Amino acid sequence: MNRPATMAEKIIARAAGLKDVTPGQIVTAQVDFAFAHDGSGPRRWAPHLERLGIDIWDPSKVAIVTDHYVPAADADAAGILKISRDFVRDQNIDQFFDMIGICHLVLPEKGLMRPGAFVAGGDSHSPTGGAFGAYVAGYGAIDMVGIVATGETWVRVPETIRIEIDGKLPKGVVAKDLMLMLCREVGMDNAFRAFEFAGSTVDAMSMHERMVLTNMTTELGGEVGMIAPDDTTFEYLANTGKPVDDEDAARALATDPGARYEAVHRFDIATMAPQVAAPHSPENTDDVEHHAGIRVDQAYIGACVGAKLSDLHMAARVLKGKKVADHVRLLVAPASQETMIKASGDGTIQILAEAGAKILSTGCGACAGMGAGILSDGDVCISSTNRNFQGRMGHTGAEVYLGSPYTTAASAVAGHIADPRTMIEAE
Amino acid sequence: MGKAFVFGDGISTDLLAPGNKLKCPPEELVRHCMTAMMPEFPDVAACGDIVFAGKNFGQGSSREQAVVSLQLLGIQAVLATSFARIFYRNALNLGLPIFEFAHTHEISAGDAVDLDLDSGTLTNRTTGKSYEITPLPPQLMKIVEAGGLIADLERRIGEGG
Ligand code: SF4
Repeated sequence: MNRPATMAEKIIARAAGLKDVTPGQIVTAQVDFAFAHDGSGPRRWAPHLERLGIDIWDPSKVAIVTDHYVPAADADAAGILKISRDFVRDQNIDQFFDMIGICHLVLPEKGLMRPGAFVAGGDSHSPTGGAFGAYVAGYGAIDMVGIVATGETWVRVPETIRIEIDGKLPKGVVAKDLMLMLCREVGMDNAFRAFEFAGSTVDAMSMHERMVLTNMTTELGGEVGMIAPDDTTFEYLANTGKPVDDEDAARALATDPGARYEAVHRFDIATMAPQVAAPHSPENTDDVEHHAGIRVDQAYIGACVGAKLSDLHMAARVLKGKKVADHVRLLVAPASQETMIKASGDGTIQILAEAGAKILSTGCGACAGMGAGILSDGDVCISSTNRNFQGRMGHTGAEVYLGSPYTTAASAVAGHIADPRTMIEAE
Repeated sequence: MGKAFVFGDGISTDLLAPGNKLKCPPEELVRHCMTAMMPEFPDVAACGDIVFAGKNFGQGSSREQAVVSLQLLGIQAVLATSFARIFYRNALNLGLPIFEFAHTHEISAGDAVDLDLDSGTLTNRTTGKSYEITPLPPQLMKIVEAGGLIADLERRIGEGG
């Protein structure tokens, strides 16, 4: 019988071909799946692979998603996208998702985030996929060259920090508020830590909401964020057409009783208020009332973390029958084509557009200051994205506040940062 | 032997390689390394010098230029209380030795320091104190010794696997 292990330790041990592993130990793991986007992938990999005279180790285990520079707004962006398209053709990569959404949502939609998999992603928000009980970490470009050349990478086995959240989420409070609160409470200096999210609140969440927790593990500084697979996970994956074959094995990934945690943080959120992070860091978080009244020029509903179908539904519940304030521009960039189709089909897009929202193309958009919706000097923006570091969404003189889609939509209507709780329509 | 530079907690990749200078060629970018905190750093840093720092060294964006700039200035190694994950990986993958070190507070700027990677000792010639350095795990040291991950790959391909 193996000694008790955390979810992260189990997946690493299996990927490294070892019976068990200990935090701090350095092991070599075989990668089950690797992905990157147009910004981080082919354009960085191709010159190195060419010079080394080698190809991708296994094209069937690699996916490329174009999301950062889409649709091309200038000739440079068009060139970067062309490199991606040429690369997947030359390297026989079939899993190429061109302009159909942001990688951290598209891969789950395609059923490619599998419980128990060891996954390497060429983007800092790669931990998102951990919502499916996979070990998904983000890597820099040189690291990814090594990974796609050899199919393996070194791992320093992380300590695990368990976050236990209990209580029924109050009206107007969602996963995004929890993560902003955690950035303040747990801080952002947590390198080489695996975060594990559990508790009755997490159990009750949809996959879309769980993905917000794991996505923003990156803001906590963590290596991965993970949630043990359960019926919600299996149902989501079954709906992608790629059901989990062995549900018992997937359930057994959960941390064993008696396994060692570096820390366990418990939160009861029954009385929590919506949270807002002030410029220029996600840890500058406080209850919304603390920032209420700050005039905004732009409200942005976008990004892998904040423009999934669940997020657009939140915005619609606030915006139904209302109008965006005259001086505010509300921009909505749905996170994937599938989101766009569903939100069009169920009337969500119409509600948003009638309220005055401008519907933008699917992709990363203004989140990293690359696509449409960039801010100018002095602009104040409330955003459903995950980071508000200085200069990220455009000019260094812009001020970005972070909030949930509810808070972002409510602020767009009020014309200033506003508490969404009085504006939410019944479902 | 080199001299010590001592910095505090949370040194970011923006301090090491400022975002608005990233389009500059490396030799120009390096003129801005740490200057927001210590304007003379690029002028006085010399081959063999060692950077000491506090917690979460290299936090922020994943830019590899943060490591390259230190290397171009001749910094032999970075010893810090803790490192941000991507900086840690980038440093080793680019061949810059880094070590977790709990005694930064006992080192003063300008101390003459000697790092012996073979024996795993740091000697502070100014104070006369010696410290045992936890060596990098052998797999990682191999990457550093090869001159980084790409060079290591080249070596492995050359050896046929
Ligand atoms: S939406 Fe933003 S955070 Fe998400 S992958 Fe794109 S740039 Fe990164």
